[in-house]
Amino acid sequence: MNSYVIIGNGVAAVGCIEGIRSVDKDGNITVISEENHAVYCRPLISYYLEHKTDLTHMNYRDEHFYENMGCEVIYGKKAVQIDSKQKQVLLDDGTALPYTSVCIATGSSPFVPPFEGLNTVEQCYSFMTLDDTLALEKAIHQDANVLIVGAGLIGLKCAEGLHGRVKSITVCDLADRVLSSILDTECAAIMQRHLEANDIQFLLGDTAVKFDKNTAFMKSGKQVSFDILVLAVGVRANTALVKDLGGEVNRGIIVNTKMETSIPDLFAAGDCTEGEDISYGQKRVLAILPNAYMQGHTAGVNMAGGNAQFDNAIPMNSIGFFGLHAMTAGSYDGEVYEEKTDCKLKRLFTKENRLIGFILIGETERAGIYTSLIREQTPLDSINFEMLRAVATTAAFSPENRRKKFGGVV
Amino acid sequence: MKRVYVNEEWCLGCHLCEYNCAFANSGMKDMATALKGKTIYPRIHIEETDNISYAVSCRHCTDPICVKSCIAGAISKVDGVVHIDKEKCVGCLTCVLVCPYGALAPGETGIMQKCELCLQNTCGEPACVKGCPNHAIVYEERGDAE
Ligand SMILES: Cc1cc2nc3c(=O)[nH]c(=O)nc-3n(C[C@H](O)[C@H](O)[C@H](O)COP(=O)(O)OP(=O)(O)OC[C@H]3O[C@@H](n4cnc5c(N)ncnc54)[C@H](O)[C@@H]3O)c2cc1C
Repeated sequence: MNSYVIIGNGVAAVGCIEGIRSVDKDGNITVISEENHAVYCRPLISYYLEHKTDLTHMNYRDEHFYENMGCEVIYGKKAVQIDSKQKQVLLDDGTALPYTSVCIATGSSPFVPPFEGLNTVEQCYSFMTLDDTLALEKAIHQDANVLIVGAGLIGLKCAEGLHGRVKSITVCDLADRVLSSILDTECAAIMQRHLEANDIQFLLGDTAVKFDKNTAFMKSGKQVSFDILVLAVGVRANTALVKDLGGEVNRGIIVNTKMETSIPDLFAAGDCTEGEDISYGQKRVLAILPNAYMQGHTAGVNMAGGNAQFDNAIPMNSIGFFGLHAMTAGSYDGEVYEEKTDCKLKRLFTKENRLIGFILIGETERAGIYTSLIREQTPLDSINFEMLRAVATTAAFSPENRRKKFGGVV
Repeated sequence: MKRVYVNEEWCLGCHLCEYNCAFANSGMKDMATALKGKTIYPRIHIEETDNISYAVSCRHCTDPICVKSCIAGAISKVDGVVHIDKEKCVGCLTCVLVCPYGALAPGETGIMQKCELCLQNTCGEPACVKGCPNHAIVYEERGDAE
């Protein structure tokens, strides 16, 4: 009987469990969970602060999940080493778990730059885990001034979550715009205006260089006083287990379309990996939940002896703040088609007869039709792209294509 | 499994399915009270161009990408039907970002909704099918991979 070991207990791990069980109903599955929680929806931690969800509803799977899937979960322990010769995973308490195959689903960790004086800050938090969130929630109060370092997805989601529960929120970032990893200057400005209209203050192109208790000394020379500090500068993929073995690692653990690493019987999935981004034509870390699930599932099927490929991964984000939604996908390269008004924007990027990326702000209806064109690499001359540019509609597909989509089981 | 299919050639583009859908899911007894003068949020919608029209609703895909992509674990497939747990949904629109058919949209409160074949409401069978004047929308079995 096979013994599967899954390191990490996030969404990639769940994908892996469900992938294994779609092929092998009997093998032993052991999940090592550093966090002392059953799998929960990491992206919902800001919604939790906003009271849009609560601890019970944040569970990613129901309470009987592990039992129904026949897995054992080891909580509060960390895998510290993989012995690929003896084929066992070593835990921080000395336990050795023998394996037939392993899925490394270790996610990422917050990156904390070596700020001078950070150790003098009493109220300093990250915003990655449920425990981070519960600790932050305990610290906040109506008179608190919060400084968030990092205007990326995580920092801004944290700001939205804290809105209304503290006195003021200031977000700083060395980048000159918000959401710099997914938005260009003009698009970022639309989101920033909307966030500012909701009382979030910004210090952009400027960041903290030094802290002293409740004061941040900024690069510009400004001083910002705060009661609570949140560090959301960035994340780093947890790659050590493979790196230590001499396996192929870049910013993430390198995987192929079957989620195999460069080391036999070791698979990897989720935020800790770097896999092919077909919109970009190169490997990239795609730290998004859908990717984590699909990679995990692919790994699981292959670990159990099945044959699965995940060969159409692209970056894609749906992110909203205070009611304004932005959606982005793929790469921003090639020719641009654009429509814009004050608070709405559509940009479609095409290259070599393919749609390769888009940015939509404000109007996001049926955006999945665009996403599917990127993922399926649909030749644009096979559809009525002029119609599709204006509105996302399946009416722009050929009658045969529509018959396939709507006339039978898909 | 039975699913909702539409015949493009027979669809009149009358939008009646949208109204029947909104009414069936309103939980109300009287159509006028439920819909008159209100913005409706149907789970089926007509796509139309100059020469064709057809109704689109959830395909209940064999391998639904919305289920795999939902950041709230709110979408699942139960007995072949793709189902949204409204208590769990936070309205992030990730499902809209990934559905190739454009079959999901937020309802009045911002929580997502989609066709669930009227199995949970009092209609008991798809209201769009029942009310389609030209029988362009049908509810039938068409060869299942599952
Ligand atoms: C605030 C926030 C908002 C987000 N919003 C979105 C969004 O809107 N849309 C979206 O698509 N994505 C979003 N994401 C990203 C999404 O959460 C991740 O892509 C997803 O959770 C990745 O899943 P994973 O299983 O790869 O890793 P993780 O969820 O990080 O799980 C990895 C787990 O492994 C554990 N672990 C690590 N090392 C070890 C070890 N050695 N031994 C045992 N356990 C270990 C970690 O403690 C962790 O619990 C958001 C993330 C955050 C923080």
